[in-house]
Amino acid sequence: MTALLIAQIVLTLFVFFMLLNSAAVMVYVERKVAALLQQRLGPYRVGWQGVLQPLADIVKLLFKEELRPKAADAFLFALAPIIAATCAFAAFSVVPFGAETTLGGWLPEPLKLQVSDVNVAILVVFAIASMSVYGIVLAGWSSNSKYSLLGGLRSSAQMISYELSYGLALTSVLLLGQSMSLTDVVNQQSGTWLGFIPRWFVFLQPIGFLIYMIAGIAETNRAPFDFPEAEQELVAGYHTEYSSMSFAMFFLAEYVNMVTVSAVATDLFLGGWHGPFLPESLGWIWFLLKVGAILFFYVWMRWTLPRYRYDQLMRFGWKVLLPVAVINVLVTAAGVLYFGI
Amino acid sequence: MITVNHYLVLSAILFAIGTAGVFVRRNLITILLSIEIMLNAVNLTFVAFGRALGAADGQIIVFFVMTVAAAEAAVGLAIVIALFRHRESLNPDTFTALKW
Amino acid sequence: MGSELAFYLFAAVAVVASLLVIAQRNPIYSVLLLIASFGALSGLYVLLDAPFVAVIQIVVYAGAIMVLFLFVVMLLNAPHEETEYDERVHPLLQAGPLRFGAFLAAALMVELVWALTKGGGEAGGFPGRSVSSVKEIGRLLFTEYSFPFEVTSILILVAMVGAVVLARRETP
Repeated sequence: MTALLIAQIVLTLFVFFMLLNSAAVMVYVERKVAALLQQRLGPYRVGWQGVLQPLADIVKLLFKEELRPKAADAFLFALAPIIAATCAFAAFSVVPFGAETTLGGWLPEPLKLQVSDVNVAILVVFAIASMSVYGIVLAGWSSNSKYSLLGGLRSSAQMISYELSYGLALTSVLLLGQSMSLTDVVNQQSGTWLGFIPRWFVFLQPIGFLIYMIAGIAETNRAPFDFPEAEQELVAGYHTEYSSMSFAMFFLAEYVNMVTVSAVATDLFLGGWHGPFLPESLGWIWFLLKVGAILFFYVWMRWTLPRYRYDQLMRFGWKVLLPVAVINVLVTAAGVLYFGI
Repeated sequence: MITVNHYLVLSAILFAIGTAGVFVRRNLITILLSIEIMLNAVNLTFVAFGRALGAADGQIIVFFVMTVAAAEAAVGLAIVIALFRHRESLNPDTFTALKW
Repeated sequence: MGSELAFYLFAAVAVVASLLVIAQRNPIYSVLLLIASFGALSGLYVLLDAPFVAVIQIVVYAGAIMVLFLFVVMLLNAPHEETEYDERVHPLLQAGPLRFGAFLAAALMVELVWALTKGGGEAGGFPGRSVSSVKEIGRLLFTEYSFPFEVTSILILVAMVGAVVLARRETP
């Protein structure tokens, strides 16, 4: 058991723990930001300015009764939230969040701040995102209720439609980064042009970034693409029949998916952990700031824009976003060929 | 020590299981699933041989086999839907209109 | 040692899941078990130094084709298949087409194993060199195999159009 191995195990547990915490923090941030956008106060009773509100929510969810409809398929009903939560956490395992560090000289070799460094990391994120469709579709089916089935089928059809544009946005970054490993793509974005403009890919690929964010929001079923779980239309869509911790699993999966999409966007487009003023070993602070900015943007979008109706959503995904993504890949490929990156 | 033969035996077993599924099951969708098992067994053989020869060609043929399998699954399921709409049954023995 | 254990584990999962796929009555469970089998095969591809194929297997097979199957099974909501054999006794114990079919498949397996392993199989494991970079696959795909690549794209287009036309309701 070398020191490096122990450090890697601790890192894995640390990442898992921080993802759980990030979901709790997102619950609070969402409610507080929503309140401030709507000119009201939001949670302010539990703890100073309401920061203990997520704790109260978790305690409430733990004590609720775990219900299951009698006609529901018991095995699939129990399996669906497990699949959803597992895929959400698994997708983050290949995302790097900092430069290599030796923890101030404790470790003989540098430790990569990434649970596993795969050389096809971009594809792995995409693959696990496509597996998370199953959690939703099985939840909708096994609940044996109209709202759940419709919500589940619509949601999964939406997710697989936007996966295409998601993949094409990833392809356009791949053309620029010339590597499928997220660490390599981030390291290509270090340094600056003209001394002050950082070499982020978002400046080379603004449309690609836009497509990625839109597809990411649709993939995580967040507003304005959250029709399948809209309260006004479908009760609660695919998680209507779930209560207590199973519902918490779906909630957790949604927030962790948001964090993963933001983290991958930061790594691919916003330069990862590179930033001015701080040494490389503290780059994870920049990473957190950038991910926080994108998550704030997510929450801001939810409470500002009205919801897309389902047919508008599908039409947008197929007839607008997909052609734009394809043309973006073509233009990027032509640019890379001509300017020779 | 895992040799090529291990992978070949495994793919032979999977191929035979797929064939058994096509013979034995009386449900159109399960028959299509068994065809997918057979195609996957063939994919495994290609990748194993590609690795044994040190070439990437095995992986490329797998690419094409996967694409063809996807196309075939899509069209096969469309036919199943059309048939189900006609006769409300997924048992291939009910579709005997062309029998002598 | 670790990779041997991994091979046997993945192989066992793949075989058991495939057997259960053809033995299950409920088509939804069949689809889910097949997804598990694909996951095991993906692990085998990783062991064979083909990470790109492994991930593509998950994305295309487990993530797209199986979702299509699942949708069709859910929307058709087909009843369990009616069987012609007596359900109280296990079907393999009754004389009939099912037992004969299983026997034929077992015979096929024996033949295949014999044919595949008689070619003087390498008893020394895999040779050292392997090609696993996506760059090399891409280069081959667009140079030597460019014609099948283009033909495949036309094939997918035809399949898409065909599927839409076949599954369309007849409008009067």
